[in-house]
Amino acid sequence: MTPARFGVEDLTVRYGARLALDRVGLAVPDGRITAVVGGDGAGKTTLLRALAGAVRPSSGRVERPPARRAGYVSAGPGVYRDLTVDENLAFSGGAYGLRGDRLAERATGLLERTGLLAARGRLAGQLSGGMRQKLALAMALLHQPDLLVLDEPTTGVDPVSRTELWRLLAEAAAAGAAVVLATVYLDEAARAAGVLVLDEGRTLLAGPPAELVAGMPGRMLDAPARPAGGEDAGWAAWRRGPRWRLWSPEEGAGVAGAEPAEPDLEDAVIVAALARPKAPRPREAAA
Amino acid sequence: MALKELRQLRRDRRTVALMVGLPILLLVVFGYAASFDVDKLRTIAVGPAAGQVAAAAPERLEVVAEHPGEGRADAVRRLRDGEAQLAIVTGQQPAVLVDGSDLFAARAAQQVFAQRPGGLPPAEVLFNPDLETSVMMVPALIGLILVFVGTVATSLGVVRERQTGTLEQLAVMPLRPRDVFVGKVLPYFGVAAVDMAVITLVGIGLFDVPFRGSPWVLVLGAVEFLFVTLGVGVLISTVSQNQGQAIQLAMMTMLPQILLSGMIFPLSAMARGVRWIAYLLPLTYFNQISRGVMIRGASLGSLALPLEALALLGLIVFGLSVLRFRRDLAPAGEPRAPHRPAQPAQAEAGVR
Repeated sequence: MTPARFGVEDLTVRYGARLALDRVGLAVPDGRITAVVGGDGAGKTTLLRALAGAVRPSSGRVERPPARRAGYVSAGPGVYRDLTVDENLAFSGGAYGLRGDRLAERATGLLERTGLLAARGRLAGQLSGGMRQKLALAMALLHQPDLLVLDEPTTGVDPVSRTELWRLLAEAAAAGAAVVLATVYLDEAARAAGVLVLDEGRTLLAGPPAELVAGMPGRMLDAPARPAGGEDAGWAAWRRGPRWRLWSPEEGAGVAGAEPAEPDLEDAVIVAALARPKAPRPREAAA
Repeated sequence: MALKELRQLRRDRRTVALMVGLPILLLVVFGYAASFDVDKLRTIAVGPAAGQVAAAAPERLEVVAEHPGEGRADAVRRLRDGEAQLAIVTGQQPAVLVDGSDLFAARAAQQVFAQRPGGLPPAEVLFNPDLETSVMMVPALIGLILVFVGTVATSLGVVRERQTGTLEQLAVMPLRPRDVFVGKVLPYFGVAAVDMAVITLVGIGLFDVPFRGSPWVLVLGAVEFLFVTLGVGVLISTVSQNQGQAIQLAMMTMLPQILLSGMIFPLSAMARGVRWIAYLLPLTYFNQISRGVMIRGASLGSLALPLEALALLGLIVFGLSVLRFRRDLAPAGEPRAPHRPAQPAQAEAGVR
């Protein structure tokens, strides 16, 4: 496979005394979707902002295309609410050097694909959250960027719109763009070619989703109810829908009523968080 | 509730500074600047006995120049060009001429010469013979209204982008900070220019304010003044986190201009320590230009100093705005070229 043109290496970002990212690495290959996941304050936004050129790294290296070849959708999502859909697209296209027929052709094509064609005369502030996210994505895709960076484009968006957004991202990747997005939804991240899990500014897990799941340490069980005394026996327990997951770092005896589980990416992330060394937190270390 | 308010107030340092600092500032400024009493009248003497005027002149006259070879017409020209507030013409037809565009100086001169000291005739008021306040105020109000429209409206421009999250979008777009500055300022510039034209015409129509000079000189001064005013608005916008802060700062730049620009209180009546603040304010120079052009018909050459001062202020404000923009809009700069590939091991997996 061709090496990724874009990504970060040993990236550290400090905001004053606060360490937001601590020697993080990420490669974003062309034609693939790469997901960055993590809880609140994990450093997802900082990583994507650094990749997009909106924040200066304290150390490490960022490889990204020139601004005119990159597209970015911030968490905002960065559309002008007091401009119409068409006016937003015209501004964004103009900033990237698209004019006249070329701009009109690209805008109309993207509005068709995003289902916003009928709303092209409406103010962005009057659109639903999902429609605004699709508009932001259309603005970022107008100039057919080599690198597309999206900060939680599906957060707060209904499931149907999420599916449509993912279809658009898949199309952009299929057209050759390197796509990287932050998400809090692990079912989405599981669809990506590669996943980076951040925890308080550090890499917790990294790799293709299937490998992360396969490489999960310890033993995992599935139970219809929280077993009594499970934690005393060294089993960590958490709810997954109507059922419970049990995990132990040791390959030991089973738990009554529990069966071996089929773990997924969410399980792998939770287990990685449970299994991580209890080192001082980056922020504490920085302080 | 009170505790919550106190905690919030403690973290809003600008409001605290405004609440504590502003009354002190106002007291000091009003104390030293709020005076209509012109103690000294800058005077020129012309005619054959010009050299004797300084010795015989009443105490309140400060003779700044003597031109023995000149006559009344030269004295009028010099007053028109703002070289002095008062001119004493000596010779066969002695006269005391006073610049009516400087209302308080003119009134002081009338008082001084009411008693006909040294046998001189009463002061003859030029340019604003009836000493109407509106004639003096309207040209200055044009500037004040432009400060209000320009600074307040523009100061919200970048803050709005910051609050709605679009500033970050601008930061990664292939736009240069100076392009963003010009793009931000240009529409407001157009609106303010129309505003200025309308206010000037209304002032002339409603208040019979004369317009004796060249409109082009006023246009030149107004363009420079707008550039500074709108630039200050953008600068405020770049240092404010929200619209409330922006308006607060815009007001803080307007208040000194109202009090210290010579619009209300004459500069010559201010204490020296306060007067230097006035010379840092763009409205001070615009007042000199608008009053000079409209009331006295001052020439371009005679207004070189305020025009140059506005140009300098414009460059400083523009430079600072672009620097601030650069911090907000180009934090990471352009990437190095050519792009080096990331580690193959990371690429294989998609991530490291």
